[in-house]
Order: sequence, then structure tokens, then C-alpha cells
Amino acid sequence: MDAILLQILNGLDKGSAYALIALGLTLIFGTLGVVNFAHGALFMIGAFCAVTVQRIFNISFETIDPSQKDFLGNPLKVKTTYLEHWFGPEMGGSIIDWSVPLAILFAIPVMVAVGFIMERGLIKHFYKRPHADQILVTFGLAIVLQEIIKYFYGANPIPTGAPEVFRGSFDFGVLIGFDPNAIIYPYWRLVYFGFAALIISSVFAFLQFTTFGMVVRAGMADRETVGLLGININKRFTIMFGIAAAVAGLAGVMYAPINSPNYHMGMDFLVLSFVVVVVGGMGSLPGAVLAGFLLGVLESFASMNEIKSILPGIDQIIIYVVAIIILLTRPRGLMGRKGVMEE
Amino acid sequence: MFGLNQKDKSTLIVVAALTLLAPFILNPFPEGSALAQFNAGYPDLMQRFVIFGIFAIGFNILFGLTGYLSFGHAAFLGVGSYSAVWMFKLVGMNVLPAITLSVIVAGLFALLIGFVSLRRSGIYFSILTLAFAQMSFNLAYSVLTPITNGETGLQLTLNDPRVLGQSATADGSIPVTNLLPGLEMRSTYVLDAGPWLFQFNLGYYLCALLLLVAFYVSIRIFRSPFGMMLRAVKSNQQRMNYTGLNTRPYTLAAFVISGMYAGLAGGLMASMDPLAGAERMQWTASGEVVLMTILGGAGTLIGPVLGAGFIKYFENIFSKINDNVLHGWFAILPDGIEDFLVFVVHPFIGKGWHLTLGILFMLVVIYLPGGLVEGGQRIGKYFKRGSDDAQSNDASTKPAE
Repeated sequence: MDAILLQILNGLDKGSAYALIALGLTLIFGTLGVVNFAHGALFMIGAFCAVTVQRIFNISFETIDPSQKDFLGNPLKVKTTYLEHWFGPEMGGSIIDWSVPLAILFAIPVMVAVGFIMERGLIKHFYKRPHADQILVTFGLAIVLQEIIKYFYGANPIPTGAPEVFRGSFDFGVLIGFDPNAIIYPYWRLVYFGFAALIISSVFAFLQFTTFGMVVRAGMADRETVGLLGININKRFTIMFGIAAAVAGLAGVMYAPINSPNYHMGMDFLVLSFVVVVVGGMGSLPGAVLAGFLLGVLESFASMNEIKSILPGIDQIIIYVVAIIILLTRPRGLMGRKGVMEE
Repeated sequence: MFGLNQKDKSTLIVVAALTLLAPFILNPFPEGSALAQFNAGYPDLMQRFVIFGIFAIGFNILFGLTGYLSFGHAAFLGVGSYSAVWMFKLVGMNVLPAITLSVIVAGLFALLIGFVSLRRSGIYFSILTLAFAQMSFNLAYSVLTPITNGETGLQLTLNDPRVLGQSATADGSIPVTNLLPGLEMRSTYVLDAGPWLFQFNLGYYLCALLLLVAFYVSIRIFRSPFGMMLRAVKSNQQRMNYTGLNTRPYTLAAFVISGMYAGLAGGLMASMDPLAGAERMQWTASGEVVLMTILGGAGTLIGPVLGAGFIKYFENIFSKINDNVLHGWFAILPDGIEDFLVFVVHPFIGKGWHLTLGILFMLVVIYLPGGLVEGGQRIGKYFKRGSDDAQSNDASTKPAE
């Protein structure tokens, strides 16, 4: 029992990332009808927002401290970050420590702006072109974005730590009545799951309970009629693109402490999140979220030693196997709507 | 000749001339001159041109004719490489059986994947092929290590049986691949013509010959009733189905043929350099052949060959250029402008080649969906219009759908 619970918990953090990216992909697909291969790159840019904020916070100046000597006997040069200088060591230190959560504030405007520029500058021109062209141009864009990041940040992964309080693990099993040490779970993964749940529910609430969301949903169902009612649906869809970009970016920011950001992390996640979208059903938001968590948990079950000893290598391919089975037996995916992307 | 019409015949002759005379054409600059860095006439690079040319021709038979965008073609290339290397390990260093086996194995593999993937079309097909390719890649990396040798890649060793050859040469090294006993793939005849050095490599000419065969087969497919059927699938599959025709055997045949082309390319790659690694199967490698085909012009005969040559040539040249070379080029300009230009160009050269490629690719998809071939046609039309306005207006009228 505890082993099963542990695998479910382990699957949740990856599942959250899949769900968030797939949610953004589905938002874009459902509203604009565009297959966005550059969505993984948005996730990556989000992760590099965290890196950037961490670097900005660590900008420092050097002072000479005559009271301390280095090993040659010269006065020691001490590096002080500006934040510590301005807010005092205590406050400044904790701001630096919390750089990843604070990066969220930085990432939202950046990602929305990136999303707007992408939609207005490029994707707008591809609504009428075939899906193959959309895939190709966004694939090209993904290469370009990833190479730009590589140019500025280098090819190596950049470790980006979580705040001190969330480092380390805790004994989750004891809380719910299992033996000590049965379920050890890192804090940050729990934070990530909570964060993902928050983002997902706010996106759903936004679409369900606001007038804006209602119009967008109406536009997803029947774009032409909404346009005939005198509503500028394109403008709203552009805003939805920005929101989708921000969702992917935030998923990336919070993922930075779990997996040190590198320039090709977007491509790695992209393939999987497309699979997630297809399993969930093209254009179905709840389907994307459900499939994201489901596949994340399945993947972590498949990597259990007991299962690997029966079916070696299953952990590497389980997601693809599931996707192939679903695509062939339930062409619409788990919760796909009728009439969306059917040949 | 060969059952081709006049136009196709001249295309074939152009391609034949380009490939067979490549050692001359790609080496226009004398050795030691400042421009010698633009030469591409050395065996290793020329082999890559034609091998990727074959790969792209095969991809074009699927994508260009039927419109099915496969994102998993590198899997067939990888499978071809692995089977060729196994042939070298078990049977002997002759390349012909190895290449034959890799074509057959890749064809069978394509039959299997195509049979499943072609049940869906459009983006679902792309994702299915992507999933299959990633699966093969992951398996090659992990569980199939006894067959693929995992991360290290499959290599020849001195302990391989090689029943029809020898495990090790007399001086105790690993034997090299050959076409016939004594005719080594790496053997190169160097023609020394004054300041020029022209290299004629046996391996290259084998690849070039196979490219010509592959190109000829692709012309025949394009002009055949079968090719016509594939085009009909591209323009409106639903209508084809309504007329009571089952299109799947046709698309499956196209898929298998293009998989065999990829296997041929993989086998040749292993014949030139007998090792095979899983990274050849990664989906970014599949993306590369998509880039080549689109850049050259999908659905045209010569486009994929052009695209493959273009990408591989500029990959090589751009990766070699560094800041010093740039400073050399812009030396005539005033210092400030020189530094500025070098600063501007710097991100696009050397390791930044992929950035250039990505931008170029986007520009092509946006402005020139027909690729380089369409670009050439437009330029040609522009000049024609200059001389004869009325006629070109007539010719540019498009037939109704």
C-alpha cells in the first residue's frame, strides 16, 4: 500500500508539469486551432526566467575588508550583493533565497509578452494554412528560441535552488498513519503539485465564471457565430494565447529547482506533452489535465523495480505505448469532443 | 532513355553530372588560398551530401506525394545503421550484403510502424510516428543494449566472428569495409592538378551511384499511376474514399518505400564509418530530414537533393567560421564598423549554425512554401517577364481546383 502511494506521489510532480504544458497546448489549439510545436520552448523560457531572476539578485559589488586577510595576507575582497547592501544581510539574503518563487512575478509579464509577440508576429499568419505548415513553422521557431537561450546561457544545465525551507524531504507516511520512513517526499515536489493545482483551477475558474471566459468558450464552440454577434473574438484569442504562454512559463519557473534548466528541456517535454494532449483528447481542457496526471503516475509506476523485472524497459516506453493504444482504440482520446480535429 | 520524358531526362542528367563531378565542382578554390575554406570536395563531406540526399528523396516520396508528415523517419535510418554494423560484425566487411540487409530490415520495420500509424492521418499520424520513433530511441538506449550497445553505440571489435572474413587483419587491427575484396571503401585517388587537389573516393562513388538509382526510382514513382494515386490522397483523401477506393495500401506502400530509402541511407552511413549510435534515431534527427525536404522543396523531384546538399554544406561552412575569419573579411572597413559587424554576425556562426538554420527554415515556410525550387522558379519567371511580358502572364494563370 505504501509503495503504491509513494509511486502516486512521485508521479504527481511530473504529471503536474505535463498537465500544465498540455493545458496550454490545448488552450491554444482549442481557441486558435493552431498546433504549437514551440510550446515546449515556452516552458523552457519560463525556467530560464527563474535563472535570470536568480542572476539579477546575485549581482554584487566588491569591497575591501581590512579586518579580514586572505591567505597571502592581503586585505580580503568581499563580494556583497546589492540586495544585501540595500536591505541588510538578513532581508537581502532571504530575497535571494526565495528567488524562484519571486521569479513568478517576473515571469508572468515576460511570458505574456512573449506569447503576444508570437501570436501577433507569426502565428496569426498561419490560421488559414494547413496543420503541417503550422507544425513546421512552430518547429522552426522552437529551434530558434532554444538556440537564442543557448547563446546567452550556455549549453550546460544551470542549478537553480528552491528556497532553504523547501529543500530536503519530509516523512509523508507518518502524517497519514504509515510507518516512519515508508514514504519520504521532497517538500518542493509537494509545493509544485499545489502550485499546479492552483494554476489549473484558476484557469478553469477564469473560463467558467467570468464573462471573458464565457465569450472565449463560446468562441471555441462556434467562432463564426460569436464573430457575427459583434464580438472581436480574435483579440480575446490573442489574450488566451498570452495566458497559455504564461501557464507554460510558470510551469517552467517552478520546475527549475526539480530539474536544472538546460536549453533542450523544452524539446524533451514537448514530445511528451503532445502525447498527453492526444491521449486526453484534442481540444479538451479537462482531458489534458486528466491525461497529464494519469500518464505521470503511470510512468512512475512503470519505473518500480517489481514491474521492471517483469517487463524490462517498460518505464521508457509506457507513455508512448499508452498513446498508441488510445489513438487506435479511442481516436477522440479520453475526453475529446466530437468534431474537433477529426479527419 | 529509361522511359523518361525529355524534362525528367534532363533533370536526371543534371543530377548525375552534379554528383559524379562533385569532386571538381565542390573544389573550385585552389589549396592554400583564402577561399579554400569554402571547398567541400573532401570524401567525408561529399558522402554526407549524397547519403542525406537519399534520405531526403525517400522522405519526399512520403511527405511530398501523400502529404503525411512523419516525424519519426530517423528510426528507419537508425535501424538500417544497426543492421549494417551487425552484418559487418557477423558476416564480413563487404558492404553489399550489409546495405541489402539494412534496406530489408528498415522496410520490414516501416511496414510494422506504417501499418499501425497510417490508421490515422493529419497531426495524429505525425504524433504516432513521433511516438514510435521515440520508443525505438528509448529502447535502443536502455533495454536493447545487447543489440545496440546503449550509449556507447555499436562498434566493431577484434573479437567479432566475421564468418566470411577475418576477425582481425594480419597486423592485428580491425578490418575496414570494402566493396570487393581489396577494394576498400576509404580508398581515395588524389588528382593533383597544379594548386588544386581533387579527391576521388570509392565510398563516395558507391553512394553517388546509389543516389542516382534512388533518384531514378523516385522519378519513376512520381510519374507512375501509383504516384498519381498518392497525389490524389494528398489533395483530397475523403473524396478518394467516397469513390470506393481504399487508399491505405497505397499510403502504406509509400511509407515502406520511404522507410527503405532511409534504411539505405543508414546502411551507407554505417558502410562509410562502421558504427551506429542511438542518437541517429532521436526525433530531432527526424526533424532534420523534414527541414531538408521543406527547404529544398517538398513534392518536387530535385528539391530534397538540393535541400540536403544545402543544409550539409552550410552546416560545415558555418561551423568552421569563427571571429578571426570574420575580422579578416571585414578588414577593409573602418574599425568601429568592423567590430560592430563581427558582433552582429557572431551569434549566427560557429556553434550558432542551428540558429541560422532555424531562422532560414522559418523564412522558407513563411514566404516560400515551395522551398528553394520555388525560389528558383520565381527568379526565373522574373527574368522571363522582363523579356516577354504577355507570355508569362499567360503561363502564370493557375488552373481551377
